[in-house]
Amino acid sequence: MRKVALLGMPNTGKSTLFNRLTGSGARVGNWPGVTVELASAKLLLGAEMVEVIDLPGIYDLHGFSEDELVVRHFLENNSIDLAVVILNAVQIERQLALALQIQALGLPLVLLLNMEDEAKKLGIRIDTEKISGQLAIPTLLVSAKYGSGYQTALHTITTALRGAPATPIEAVKTALIPDQTIEAKLTRVLAAAVDMPVTMSVSLTDRIDRVVLHPVLALPLFLAVILLLFQAVFALGMPLQAGMNAAFGWMRQDLLSPLLAGTPPFVQGLLLDGVWNGVATVATFVPIIVLFFVFMAIVEDTGYLSRAAFLTDALMARLGLDGRSFVMILMGFGCNVPALMGTRIMRSRPLRLLSMLLIPLSLCSARLQVFLFIIAALFTSSQAPYVLFSLYLASIATAVATALVFRRHFRSTEPFVIELPPYRLPTVRQIVLRAWQEVRHFFVRATKFIIAGVVLVWLLTNLPAGVAVGGSASYAGWLGHAFQPLLSPLGIGDKLTVALIFGFVAKEVVIGSLAVIYATSGAALAGHLAQQLDWVQAYSFMLFTLVYTPCLSTVATIRAESRSLGFTAFAVAWPLLLAWLLSFSFYQGARLLGY
Amino acid sequence: MQLTKLLDYLTPGQGGRIVAIHAAEDLRRRLVALGLKPGNEIRIVRRGLFAGPLQVRIGTTDIIIRRCDARQIEIAV
Repeated sequence: MRKVALLGMPNTGKSTLFNRLTGSGARVGNWPGVTVELASAKLLLGAEMVEVIDLPGIYDLHGFSEDELVVRHFLENNSIDLAVVILNAVQIERQLALALQIQALGLPLVLLLNMEDEAKKLGIRIDTEKISGQLAIPTLLVSAKYGSGYQTALHTITTALRGAPATPIEAVKTALIPDQTIEAKLTRVLAAAVDMPVTMSVSLTDRIDRVVLHPVLALPLFLAVILLLFQAVFALGMPLQAGMNAAFGWMRQDLLSPLLAGTPPFVQGLLLDGVWNGVATVATFVPIIVLFFVFMAIVEDTGYLSRAAFLTDALMARLGLDGRSFVMILMGFGCNVPALMGTRIMRSRPLRLLSMLLIPLSLCSARLQVFLFIIAALFTSSQAPYVLFSLYLASIATAVATALVFRRHFRSTEPFVIELPPYRLPTVRQIVLRAWQEVRHFFVRATKFIIAGVVLVWLLTNLPAGVAVGGSASYAGWLGHAFQPLLSPLGIGDKLTVALIFGFVAKEVVIGSLAVIYATSGAALAGHLAQQLDWVQAYSFMLFTLVYTPCLSTVATIRAESRSLGFTAFAVAWPLLLAWLLSFSFYQGARLLGY
Repeated sequence: MQLTKLLDYLTPGQGGRIVAIHAAEDLRRRLVALGLKPGNEIRIVRRGLFAGPLQVRIGTTDIIIRRCDARQIEIAV
């Protein structure tokens, strides 16, 4: 099948165009020569099926950033038939160089000047026929966002493809013309074909920025936006999550249980408590992921996210991070999973990995449920807010400490120079597609892992056959017992250890598992806990719960996003060690002080 | 004799022509691709709080750049 590659600078609407071309049919996959996955889709052009590949946005074909290397290695190892280069018409002066660099490789080209609408508003007039003539590249003005010029573009691509013989890879490999040649050609064409107004009028973006980046107002406004975002995602998401839970519970009780009534209890337990609960766990993340990416797409596409990076960079640079990680870590306080997926906006891999190491330390809403229950059981209502607040402080402190310890090992090689795009209104279509793609990504990557994990924990707590669930005779009970030398110095007894093993699947099940282990629930369980534990033990247990692996879904997401088992193992091991050290110091310290 | 200053030392609203970029190769290439190359006019739009980055404008492009990187860019004022 013939291949068409989409190339262009970041923020030129390349992905919007890709989505418009391919609808929701895109898939991500591996390609020879490159280590990252690229989105591609099959498309019917004329009478022929072709494969369209969306390459990462780059500034410079000869540059050395990670994305620039990906594109170069892709072109060196995959023979393509046509390059479609998308440039921002407003910035044609500096972007046209990229098209010439690609042309210099000997690849047949179609040039699309996107954001026609914005260029028109700014009074930039571009004579596409002159560019076509001088460069011998078919050139068109389009608006990927509104779809103008789109049909003509499709037609031009089809025609160009018909005439194009595949370019041998060797020709691409050897083709490297000196940058000076490009420079000279660039000046000539721009002078002849582009008419830029001498002074730009004060744009709407400037006026908005005067408020949004105001020296005094900016930070309160930023916090308000994040709070609003947080509320929008989680205030809307939690009831939906509960609804999803109820729906899966209903299906289990009224459909699956009767269906499996004849089977042996072990098979029934494995299928219902293992596999089905795993499926239900995956499903409960769907509403949160959809909402998260709907609102993130708005924040990102409007251009506000770059402003947030500008505002928080002073702080984050000291931690070896950038402003975009700040937003993701904050979102992690709602749910770690979408926040981890959201780190994809960071192009530098070391920076992404460091952010992925920090996000799971954010006290998410599932852990909050556990803490609220235990705090209510062991502390008075006047102490409760301070106890909870101290846990939030511990969450932030562990993240800062982790950043300070590891920032040297995850040093970004990417220069921190980011574009501040003008404010734009995102389209509904873009937002919906984004949310859909992210949910599908989560399904594909995490489902198997999560179900396998849930089944494993079920087996641990239910085998050998005939034991009480999670009781001392089960494998989990045996594990809880085996870990006592390690956990009793933290004040965590073997029953609580079993709860921690359950908690590895999801924090939501910790209270439920305590109910199973102590064979009591609700207020009676709270009373029972208050009898069994003193506040030092309870707080130590909460500290450990706060810091160690938040849930299997988080681990599955880290694995999917980092594509590295080694890093995933590290991202599980480090918080475990940190949790142990923290609980140990707290428990032993408090005991030494006589509590 | 022409007076040059480092980009970091300009105040918002001030600008000039880029004379030289003393940055390392990868940063220099990125800057050039974004339009920060000798000969082009550049202007500071605003400076971030708490020693935060600078917002600069070259033609129709706005860019944020850290102060340590801005110190590598020489401007004729």
